[in-house]
Amino acid sequence: MYVAVKGGEAAIDNAHRLLADRRRGDRCVPALTLEQIAGQLALAVDRVMAEGSLYDRELAALAVKQARGDLIEAIFLVRAYRTTLPRFGYSEPVDTGAMVIERRISATYKDLPGGQVLGPTFDYTHRLLDPELAGDGPVASGQRREAEAGRVRRVSEILAGEGLIEEDGAPPEDGAIGDITRTPLEFPMDRQSRLQSLARGDEGYLLGLAYSTQRGYGRNHPFVGEIRIGRVDVEIEVPELGFCVPIGRVQLTECQMVNQFKGSAKAPPQFTRGYGLVFGQSERKAMSMALVDRALRAAEFGEDVVAPAQDEEFVISHCDNVQSTGFVEHLKLPHYVDFQAELDLVRRMRADFDKRAGGSQDHKEAPE
Amino acid sequence: MTATADIASYNFAYLDEQTKRMIRRAILKAVAIPGYQTPFASREMPMPYGWGTGGVQVTAAVIGPQDTLKVIDQGADDTTNAISIRKFFQKTAGVATTTKTQEASIIQTRHRIPETPLQAGQIIVFQVPIPEPLRFLEPRETETRKMHALEEYGLMHVKLYEDIARNGRIATTYAYPVKVEGRYVMDPSPTPKFDNPKMHMSAALQLYGAGRERRIYAIPPHTRVVSLDFEDFPFEVQKFDKPCALCGAEQVYLDEVILDDRGGRMFVCSDTDHCEERRAAGHVGELAEQPR
Repeated sequence: MYVAVKGGEAAIDNAHRLLADRRRGDRCVPALTLEQIAGQLALAVDRVMAEGSLYDRELAALAVKQARGDLIEAIFLVRAYRTTLPRFGYSEPVDTGAMVIERRISATYKDLPGGQVLGPTFDYTHRLLDPELAGDGPVASGQRREAEAGRVRRVSEILAGEGLIEEDGAPPEDGAIGDITRTPLEFPMDRQSRLQSLARGDEGYLLGLAYSTQRGYGRNHPFVGEIRIGRVDVEIEVPELGFCVPIGRVQLTECQMVNQFKGSAKAPPQFTRGYGLVFGQSERKAMSMALVDRALRAAEFGEDVVAPAQDEEFVISHCDNVQSTGFVEHLKLPHYVDFQAELDLVRRMRADFDKRAGGSQDHKEAPE
Repeated sequence: MTATADIASYNFAYLDEQTKRMIRRAILKAVAIPGYQTPFASREMPMPYGWGTGGVQVTAAVIGPQDTLKVIDQGADDTTNAISIRKFFQKTAGVATTTKTQEASIIQTRHRIPETPLQAGQIIVFQVPIPEPLRFLEPRETETRKMHALEEYGLMHVKLYEDIARNGRIATTYAYPVKVEGRYVMDPSPTPKFDNPKMHMSAALQLYGAGRERRIYAIPPHTRVVSLDFEDFPFEVQKFDKPCALCGAEQVYLDEVILDDRGGRMFVCSDTDHCEERRAAGHVGELAEQPR
């Protein structure tokens, strides 16, 4: 006897309770504090801030904890919170030339004003598991150096002096910067809206696309002009005061990719640029973003759009991991009404097929 | 560290009033141009994309404290996601909820239209995954928008024709395309084509929300909605061989329920409220428990 399925409500409550239990784990082990997550899993927190588009270490750490370390879930938690926050205004463009630098490297020059500063990088570590870290041994503090006085010129500014690289794009004439969180996406997009989308785009997705350009799917001959990581002031103009005041500092990773360009009928041969800017410390994301940004500018330079990474609608429509994970995972929601309709169709088509097969009964498969 | 101490509390029906106004403007435009997909600045919601974020935003924008809300998924009030969305509005809007189609002023649905005909004054809100009926013929938004603008729907007819040429019938069973008021071809969301005739000249306002794809569209009351077909291959809905095994209803959409591992199965109403109402009125199907 069939009894209509009820009790979904209790099932949901019980599932949430079990989830909370599993999240906490063994009660004999102390719970993680947000300070521990923000301090010791800083790069996970950075990724959540970057793709969650909300610069708040504590909330990002909370999200990582609540999501049991599932970073896309944590990003989603942060996004869903961020969207409820009121907008007080838009900041002035941050000046990355005035960045307080912790790491700054250029692959295009051996040495340059401001120097090469390795900073806290994994680059030259040997990837050998360190048993020491299983415990809590003493760790020496970092070596300090004198900060550079004043601005550290960006490599793009150095090259621009010779006129060998395209200029910084001018802001739109009406001064209106798009906001992808407040206006529906429309294609074709302008570059600034595209960069906003890429800045919150999924790191893995952008990495894959960037890699594809290096393997010939939309090759764009890149050099790392510069990567810099450090803190910049965020300023807003207060209408009552009539001037800009700093309201805080954020850590950013900026990548200026320098790309070869042979010139076209309109433009002289010069270097072009791809740009990446990400909250926190994430070179992989900033570099990938810069490669993809340059690939997406193909049409602007009269290059053939032949590869996935150059296809704006393809790249931008699928770069948001909160959207992607939602739509992929929604397949686990019940679809039995539609499945019933398909089942009915397949049964009828199958009956037609069997009839056409001319009643050759011996070929018939098992289903009734 | 203090930020976690003062995490914002939420507005009535979760969305802030500015966002609701933005969504209402989109809804008004959608109602004014029946079947046209109106872009709107969809927000991140506290449930995942694909779980009905578009429908939830539309409902949040039209719901008021006096409303009575019904939420169904697959026709049932007690599917987990229907419960989850109903709880969301109970919590954030404090509105009355019901499972009875006739008592609801707003019905949010996924994949079904209730069997009981909707009344004037009711709003039905559909959750839409892919709003573009031409999407699987042409993946590019830039192209499909042009096709709608030029009323260039030949591709869709070719697709339906190819179905017939290959399979002897139109092999689209759900999300079956319709033409609204003689102009826009529209995706009715993945409802089975069984429900398409219910959209035609409905007395209720039909609103469609696609959150991830950022589109809202609408069918105002008493609007012509025609399922695409050919003269010699007219549109027809699914027919079931048996009535509902619990309430004996005919000409309703049925779910197939597997009873055992020997091929035993039964067919029951997908619309659980409809089935319950009928059983309460004394209708009995062949597998129903006899009333005590």
